[in-house]
Amino acid sequence: MTRSARQAAVIGGNRIPFARANGAYAQATNLDMLTATLDGLAARFGLAGERIGEVAGGAVLKHSRDRDLTRESVLGSRLSPATPAYDVQQACGTGLETAVLVANKIALGQIESGIAAGVDTASDAPVALNDDLRRVLMRLNGARSLGERLRAIAGIRPGQVVPEIPRNAEPRTGLSMGEHAALTALEWHVGREAQDELAAASHRNLAAAYERGFFDDLVTPFLGLTRDQNLRADSTAEKLARLKPVFGGPDGTMTAGNSTPLTDGASAVLLGSDEWAAEHRLPVLAHVVDAETAAVDFVHGGDGLLTAPVHAVPRLLERNGLTLQDFDFYEIHEAFASTVLATLAAWEDPAFAKERLGLDAPLGAIDRSRLNVAGSSLATGHPFAATGGRIVATLAKLLHEKGRDTGNRGRGLISLCAAGGQGVVAILEAA
Amino acid sequence: MSNDTFRDLSQNPLVQRLGVPRIPVLRRHAVGAPLLDGPAVVGAIGAGRFAEPVRALLEEAGVTETTEGKVAAVVLDATAATTLDDLSAAQAFLTPAVKRLAPNGRLLVLAPEPSDDPEAAAVAHAFDGIVRSAAKEVRAGATANLLVVTPDADVASSVRFFLSGRSAYVDGQVVHVGAPVGPPPAESDEEHPLAGRVAVVTGAARGIGAAIAETLARDGATIVAVDVPAAGESLAAVANRTGGTALQLDITAADAADRLLAHLRERHGRVDVVVHNAGITRDKLLANMDADRWNAVLAVNLRAQLAINAALLGSDLLSDTGRIVCVASTSGIAGNRGQTNYAASKAGVIGMVRALAPQVAAKGVTVNAVAPGFIETAMTATMPLATREGGRRINSLRQGGLPVDVAETVGWLGRAESGGVTGQVVRVCGQSLIGA
Repeated sequence: MTRSARQAAVIGGNRIPFARANGAYAQATNLDMLTATLDGLAARFGLAGERIGEVAGGAVLKHSRDRDLTRESVLGSRLSPATPAYDVQQACGTGLETAVLVANKIALGQIESGIAAGVDTASDAPVALNDDLRRVLMRLNGARSLGERLRAIAGIRPGQVVPEIPRNAEPRTGLSMGEHAALTALEWHVGREAQDELAAASHRNLAAAYERGFFDDLVTPFLGLTRDQNLRADSTAEKLARLKPVFGGPDGTMTAGNSTPLTDGASAVLLGSDEWAAEHRLPVLAHVVDAETAAVDFVHGGDGLLTAPVHAVPRLLERNGLTLQDFDFYEIHEAFASTVLATLAAWEDPAFAKERLGLDAPLGAIDRSRLNVAGSSLATGHPFAATGGRIVATLAKLLHEKGRDTGNRGRGLISLCAAGGQGVVAILEAA
Repeated sequence: MSNDTFRDLSQNPLVQRLGVPRIPVLRRHAVGAPLLDGPAVVGAIGAGRFAEPVRALLEEAGVTETTEGKVAAVVLDATAATTLDDLSAAQAFLTPAVKRLAPNGRLLVLAPEPSDDPEAAAVAHAFDGIVRSAAKEVRAGATANLLVVTPDADVASSVRFFLSGRSAYVDGQVVHVGAPVGPPPAESDEEHPLAGRVAVVTGAARGIGAAIAETLARDGATIVAVDVPAAGESLAAVANRTGGTALQLDITAADAADRLLAHLRERHGRVDVVVHNAGITRDKLLANMDADRWNAVLAVNLRAQLAINAALLGSDLLSDTGRIVCVASTSGIAGNRGQTNYAASKAGVIGMVRALAPQVAAKGVTVNAVAPGFIETAMTATMPLATREGGRRINSLRQGGLPVDVAETVGWLGRAESGGVTGQVVRVCGQSLIGA
């Protein structure tokens, strides 16, 4: 493939600790969280008053008042108000997609610096007006005469006080994400024990990373919360084994312990050209090598809702002449433990490789000791649009550390599944 | 309005008519403010070498000299005083001059280092007694301080500090000034005396540390604000307010010094001012003290400073106008009930400063301590009323100091031009009776 002359540098990141829904950030809005996150990033890298090339950000659950949420956050932050910003929305892929967009603009030379951000709140979710009531009010707004107004008001019914509440369900199937994931888990024979082990490892790895100060320059406390609220440092597979299944019926394997909880939080990643980083005496942790987005037909086809990365990764590997084993770190978003395990199973399956991926041989197994080594969404929680930024910054720092300690220019793979049958995947390489 | 309601009430003429003493509102430095807000009088005993440079400094600062009427400052160059007759001459100059001292005035005396001659040594040291007593006599926010100088001393930055509003809460202090360590620094802009300098401030998230970061930034320094990760939210706010950067770091971690140095190397390539401000208290009577409380306080307040200093001095990062400023405490000088651990750490800091200063002078580096007395912070605001009022009033200025008063003192010691001041412990206490 042809490469652009330069690759965007990942300089660093910032996020606020992720909080369980209706927890520490119950009163915080997306705007509050994203602004605080940008301010923390500005403080870490001395960007107060600095004009950044652009800020791309987004949220999955958005109030109608959050029009141009990212730009409003920039205006409320210490960044220069001359910093342009726009919103992106691609379900749970939002945070990684913003990084890809900003990195691409940097690679093209259109901007020298940029911030990729994401935020979500399940506590301050956009509960909307009842749809019937909304129609009545729209008619009233458009009414020209007293008679028209009265007729419009006459359309109000008691039942219309029931608001529209956003649901964690696919509009086209009516199934929740967990129910979809449970179908995939069943299809790939993902067992309960393996899921609980993956969940326990996530908590263990996250706790260890906090203990060694790994997050000292990745996280800034917010509203009194200093670590991810969902983290259970003493979690074990045995403890998790006691939980009752919540998805897939009474015989299901998916529990509250091996599924991510609803979470509030925000993240941001600072990207730039190597030159911009050098001018500002800022470190380059890693470079964004390439990215791929895939989508699957989970409505009518045979694919699982969260299995698009299964298709995206082989395309990305082929374009870059790499195998699945050519990575020092794998960051596979833990929407559910079963999602990660089903993804790995699909890559190892010869029949699937042949029939569905059009490959002669499967991608093969990965060294599991390289998977989500600083914890992932099962432990941190998963504020939808904020997860991509969390992973990009975490992986870039892991690569940088490894390079510093071993002299190796390591490589990392990011895989993020998203609602709507989409998936965003990317490759980072140590600088 | 200040935190000090009594001070605010005492400004009211009606309250004053009740016989309540007026608590002075101190003159503090503001951006663009003149060195002094009135004329000065300068005197010399015999052939003092410093009267003329001081006059030149005043003239450059736009301060006139006057022989009558109120004066904002009285400066006596007594560096040539060697006999008791010279001491009489000092009294003859000071008595009428002090009478003319305006509210928030400054009395600054320059005296010689004691020599081997008994009478000359007695006279030199006599100024100690004169200035400390005068500090207790001057009224309405005026202060008196003493510079004990060697003939080759460069006193300019110290004279400026003690005359200006920056030294509002520094009273009754004796500071030794010698020949500057290191090469003579480039002249700096008096409005931005720290321009171009990189300053690390530990414990910068709140209170005195935040004020130090803000004051050094106001004076032109680039701030690296350090505090524990858990204080990151307020640390980020300080970093953004000062246009600096936030470094979340537990300075007691085994690799803390390495991480700080790596950060400085990568982001700035050097450091000019290091302010060891981070400190904690874990009060307990000695009889009830446990090892955890003891060790926690010593780890933050002393062990971390020692480790960071050793790492910095062993590196090439500290510039040849490097300034290490340690925040001690009057508790470390006078002791405080329930604070054996804290006082140990703060007295330890003073010991460290005195030992380190001569060792690093050849590198152009100075090491000093500031010892805050009663400073109005969120911590003192939660004290019981009687304790708080007691702490506030038992000093010559009859009020608590502000975090900015400590910060201004740090700023003076952090200047490249303050190379003649090293190994000193400067109390910022309004001449408190405690630890005087």
